Amino acid sequence: MKVEYQVPGGDFDRAGEASANIKKLLQRIGIPADVIRRIAIGTYEGEMNCLIHAGGGRVVAEIEPEGTVIIISDQGPGIPDIQKAMQEGWSTAPDYVRAMGFGAGMGLPNMMKCSDDFNIQSKVGEGSTITMKFLYK
Amino acid sequence: MAENYLHSVHVIKEACNGCVGCVKVCPTEAIRVRQGKAEIVATRCIDCGECIRRCPEHALVAKADALSGLQGYKYNVALATPSLYAQFNGNVPREAVWQGLKELGFDEIFDLSAASDYISAEIAQYLRQHAQGRKPLISSACPAVLRLIQVKFPELIKQVIPVLAPGEAAAVYKRSEVCQRMNLPREEVGIWFVTPCPAKGTNIHQSVDVKHSEVNGSISISSIFAQLSVAVAKIGDECKKQDKITTGSSYGIGWGAGGGEIKAAGITNALSVNGVREVYELLEQVSMNKMPDVDYVECYMCAGGCIGGPFAAENRFVAQKNLDKRIRRMQRLEPTDREAAMALNMNCPGFPTSEEYVKVLEPRPMMQLDDDITVAIKKLGEMEKVLTHLPGLDCGACGAPNCQSLAEDIVRGAAHETDCIFILKANVRKFAQGMIELATQIPLVNEHDDKNLAEKGSDKDETK
Repeated sequence: MKVEYQVPGGDFDRAGEASANIKKLLQRIGIPADVIRRIAIGTYEGEMNCLIHAGGGRVVAEIEPEGTVIIISDQGPGIPDIQKAMQEGWSTAPDYVRAMGFGAGMGLPNMMKCSDDFNIQSKVGEGSTITMKFLYK
Repeated sequence: MAENYLHSVHVIKEACNGCVGCVKVCPTEAIRVRQGKAEIVATRCIDCGECIRRCPEHALVAKADALSGLQGYKYNVALATPSLYAQFNGNVPREAVWQGLKELGFDEIFDLSAASDYISAEIAQYLRQHAQGRKPLISSACPAVLRLIQVKFPELIKQVIPVLAPGEAAAVYKRSEVCQRMNLPREEVGIWFVTPCPAKGTNIHQSVDVKHSEVNGSISISSIFAQLSVAVAKIGDECKKQDKITTGSSYGIGWGAGGGEIKAAGITNALSVNGVREVYELLEQVSMNKMPDVDYVECYMCAGGCIGGPFAAENRFVAQKNLDKRIRRMQRLEPTDREAAMALNMNCPGFPTSEEYVKVLEPRPMMQLDDDITVAIKKLGEMEKVLTHLPGLDCGACGAPNCQSLAEDIVRGAAHETDCIFILKANVRKFAQGMIELATQIPLVNEHDDKNLAEKGSDKDETK
């Protein structure tokens, strides 16, 4: 089963809507609470990245009996140095975003920690796509 | 008690007019209106009491025990909650309330604020010992919040602190203390909550946080308040002659309202959240890991904290004023240092520590569509599809709280698409159009006969 959500750019009022919806769906199929937690947190981080850095994007969840794949894609500025972006504490978030408690540079590392498989594709000027796989086990 | 005893809130069918008010406010979507009457899905009800507050017909009520239950025991102890004191002006001595309770039939009173002092210290200690790890930690004091976590946020169970609620700890302490002092067998001592909370009553029979509740019953404040307030007013200053009983500090008393727990435990990097929607939203955010920098959250299901409970007699803002006044008066006589003030009141040798009695919260997820994950995903897909047909107005006319719940009921086989008034109307219109179309298609050969029949009919009328 596949669901898709649009993430509006810069709209903090709607921050976390996609991840909250995905979490609700997963509760209905009865997978372990801890797995739901990992998926919700990973998706939320990705959703916030889209909202803050990329002017919006798209969250797709493919819910299967063995696991869930979350694909978060945007047509934002792209990431010039992925290795650097993967370091904890490294962030390009503007000050107003940091003032709201975001932009601590934990987004990508957290997403990698949460997921069983993490892949990021990014091209400067074209955008980024993150694929996270979660197994229920 | 029966194993299927899961909640104390229930519907008085004769009083219910099916308005769906309760259906809409229930945080776990546990109520449906069927055949014009509200029905509670037992496994989902968390006894928050939101429906009780909402119902204009008073058709939703919660079970509590009657004072007549005291007759079943030789010796009865009342656990006086801080929220009970808040029903009275802050200058009414606690002794007057105790004396009043005795006139109602209790043999002895235990001041729950004393237990709150012990539990506050335990919370502070637990937080010190668990400074690392998943944050924020969540208070275990409100049984309705614990039930909400079981049903809707099982992923947060690990963050709930394994500390007893003051009332449960007090009951453990009081039963053994009384039995020893009075030389009574355990079963002859009755321990009673005097409480504003319907969830406390459920917890006695089906506890979520303690292995075995030592409380025998819960008496709602509202059911005894008329009698009690008359007694208290009569007693006045007479009460000063009373034997001294163990009491708690002003910080223990503070537990009666929102913010009191974290203040008593001395946790500064903490949030105090109360009210159904507020707690729900907060837990949602915690489960997304949105606030890892907060140490502790104190959550109470009732707006204002325990003083806002459905069984309270006094308006909760007045109760807050009363409680604040009592705290100010007590603090004048207490050491200014919080810990010193609390230590001064800790006079319960052998007061139980939670470790021995606390039960790990069990997940009780009630949202899953099927035990078989493949079937559940299939049903989820169907549900999403059904949802696209529904108007999305969340009007509640179908008896479910919103379109999503109706979609869920439909795929579970508990409802039909035409339960939606808009789909029903569309279907009726389609059906009516079909009838008209059919009418125009009646073969012409018959039209002649129809005319004849009509004429014959009118002839008959004329001959009459």
